[in-house]
Amino acid sequence: MSKLTRRAFLTAGLIVSGGLMVGVGIRPGHRTPKLAKFMEHDDEVLVNTWVKLLPDNSVTVIVSHAEMGQGAQSALAIMLADEMDVDWDSVTIEEAPAHDEYANFHMAREFILPGKMPNFLNQTINGVFLTISKLIALQVTGGSFSVRSTGERGMRVAGAAARELLVQAAAQEWQVAVSEVRAEKSVLYHDASNRSAPYIKFAKIAAQQQGPEFPTLKTPEQFNLMGNEDIQRLDIPEKVDGTAKFGIDVVLPGMKYATVKTSPVFGSNIESIDGAAAEKMKGVIKVVNLGNGVGVIADSYWQAKKAIAAVNVTYSRGEWDNTDSESIMAQFRVDMDKAVANSDEKEDLSEGDARSVIKSAAKVITAEYSVPYLAHVTMEPMNSTALVKDGNIEVWGGTQNPLGVKAAIAEYLDIDAENVVVNNVYLGGGFGRRAMPDYSIQAVKLANALPGVPVKMIWSREEDVQHDFYRPAIVSRFKAALGDSGLPIAWENQYVDKHEPKEAPYIPYQVDNQFVHYTESPTHIPFGAWRSVDHSQHAFFTESFIDELAHEANQDVLYYRRKLLQSEPRYLKVLDAIAKMSDWDSALPVGWGRGVAIHGSFNSIVAEVVEVDMSGGSIIVNKVFCVADAGFAYCPNAFRAQMESGIIFGLSAALYGEITIKNGAVMQSNLHDYKMLRMDTAPDIYVEIINSGERTGGAGEPGTPPIAPALTNAIFAATGNRIRDLPVKIS
Amino acid sequence: MIELKVNDQIQQVDVEADTPLLWVIREQLNLVGTKFGCGMAQCGACTVHLNGQPIRSCVTPISAVAGQAITTIEGIADDSGKLSKVQQAWIDEQVPQCGYCQSGQIMSAVALLKSNPNPSDSDIDAAMSGNVCRCGMYGRIKKAIKNAASI
Repeated sequence: MSKLTRRAFLTAGLIVSGGLMVGVGIRPGHRTPKLAKFMEHDDEVLVNTWVKLLPDNSVTVIVSHAEMGQGAQSALAIMLADEMDVDWDSVTIEEAPAHDEYANFHMAREFILPGKMPNFLNQTINGVFLTISKLIALQVTGGSFSVRSTGERGMRVAGAAARELLVQAAAQEWQVAVSEVRAEKSVLYHDASNRSAPYIKFAKIAAQQQGPEFPTLKTPEQFNLMGNEDIQRLDIPEKVDGTAKFGIDVVLPGMKYATVKTSPVFGSNIESIDGAAAEKMKGVIKVVNLGNGVGVIADSYWQAKKAIAAVNVTYSRGEWDNTDSESIMAQFRVDMDKAVANSDEKEDLSEGDARSVIKSAAKVITAEYSVPYLAHVTMEPMNSTALVKDGNIEVWGGTQNPLGVKAAIAEYLDIDAENVVVNNVYLGGGFGRRAMPDYSIQAVKLANALPGVPVKMIWSREEDVQHDFYRPAIVSRFKAALGDSGLPIAWENQYVDKHEPKEAPYIPYQVDNQFVHYTESPTHIPFGAWRSVDHSQHAFFTESFIDELAHEANQDVLYYRRKLLQSEPRYLKVLDAIAKMSDWDSALPVGWGRGVAIHGSFNSIVAEVVEVDMSGGSIIVNKVFCVADAGFAYCPNAFRAQMESGIIFGLSAALYGEITIKNGAVMQSNLHDYKMLRMDTAPDIYVEIINSGERTGGAGEPGTPPIAPALTNAIFAATGNRIRDLPVKIS
Repeated sequence: MIELKVNDQIQQVDVEADTPLLWVIREQLNLVGTKFGCGMAQCGACTVHLNGQPIRSCVTPISAVAGQAITTIEGIADDSGKLSKVQQAWIDEQVPQCGYCQSGQIMSAVALLKSNPNPSDSDIDAAMSGNVCRCGMYGRIKKAIKNAASI
């Protein structure tokens, strides 16, 4: 655990309350050994842990979140750079190594206290404190959290504090009032005496100053970079010329290559292994028993891949060998029935008395929906490079959770986490998959069999599809009673298995009597967070069912929702905007349909309208309209890209996505049987941003949940065919 | 030894004849801009040019391309190192997210514009549908291709 205490902050003289790690002021002689690693040269001054001012007056922003395409690193840098008034063209990004300086719960607890923080932060802390601690303390990139937690609580505060320190330092040096010093593009000015000097000239004085406890943050009209349409992401140039380094691109001297094949049935282990034939093959160095699978290390990937097919392995038989998708879905339904019959419901939400109202209601609507297991299938298959040497472990690769990887490796080898170094690089897609440490552990197991030699392990796509952590298959049942106006007066929802976030199944609609409950029904399929986690399935369920109620009530589906959102002004505004944007009331050609869905997740509210052409019998998704209120979009262009991305991701799942299980194993294996949208099937997408000024929401995930119900609601509008089970199967 | 011409340079590699071009480019020649995605010509991340034509290098055995000219993402900037117009359009439209598929996307787009300098939407659909972008940036890719075509 870090020795940094509040006293250490004060001693360092750079306290800024409110951010998790901001304010750890470091100057030569006052470095903790770990932070000293950031400073390679004696003339560098670490103003605080988030920002480094270099001798050439350029700025390196140290970010504690992985870049997996969502643009978080650029967004975080923009937030800091704008508050600090630095020259954007001089900004570079460095990803924080997996150190507890970036993830210290105790420090967080000490400093995130109401009354000790900038005012704008106080209101955001209650209720989210624990989640923030959990996510940030683990240095996890997920939960659409980077901008709204690290960004607002760390980067902006750190940037503002750094600017104030530099201004103070200049005022002291020039013997003028602080109010007379002006900062602009990494230069400080005293206009009255016509003096100016770059930031770096004052860095050393600044680092010796007592930092502001409550730095003054900019108001939106003072923003230069934040909210600016024209700011480009810093990672894009290297992603168009092939120089961006992903995990799979790591090259180390003397490196060998490996691939693995894990037991097809989750949970079963190797009973016997015969690698003799494989070990005789050209280039093969070693066949490794991984316990639940086999690995081959060779001089090249291709040699390892050919050899692994020649290893004879038998696996233990297990209780899951006869499990298939049908038996899993049947198990869910039996367990749900049992829970109700035995009054064993696990209460999720209860308001009023939904069951009594439904029992005595004149009109009751029921429906059952289901979604299948889904894989992530990031473009870059899982891979990791590891080196085991003299009791120390170093791994290279892309992870959403570097500290988790570090801890998992330390635990696996029963060594101190201090002896594990995790080097994170660009992720070729994450979507939740790369929050898991499994593939890094496998690389360590392989490297451990060949000490002193770096081993790069690359999964085949087949391995990637069949050894994922899957978005769970879910069954969800609804009952609703409609009142005289046709609006629901009671709502009951039962589903299997609850994960996160807690609020995913809750509806924004005004229904006085609600009973939401769930039933646990475990399976052997590994669970994983999949872009928006529980929101992706629950939005499909709830936004389909509300659509069904509107049709039963013979009312327009959008205006029906509108009536039920009268006490939710933020939702109402988004819904009204999507109605206008999509020209909701206009007529469509025969055979076309328009569907709407609205769902809030990660504090962003997103409505989507899909226009679908079913006139030829097949599904042509023509257009998707999207309105999103994330409070404030710090990087509007990147934010729109996230909505576009979330929509395509969710559409691929709704139209094609299905992992099926047979004899305990995944049946799909590659992109030919786990399909996704391509250029010729992708719709035109139009995104509108509402900057409501509400608490900032996420961007990476909230675009996904509404798209599946918007699509199936559109299909219903076009054909009268209600899709209750995904993926969509049009016969 | 198998001889290849990669990005205008003659290279000799000592690998088994069935080794896919992809792994030779990446592991023997250290040109890691070309990516592995599926290993069965389904995703397009491994797209390179063979004598100017786009091919999937993950299913192309090295023996089939001996002595021929290969161009990778590292070889499409002009001699002064200036980005090709397609690459520049990719930056202007802020196309990449994770970026992993983009080398393949760009190689397919460069080949398309070479053979068809003014492609229609359906031309773009036909030429680009072999390249998957899991981040779903199809709209931006299409726009970038049109922008590059108009330069």
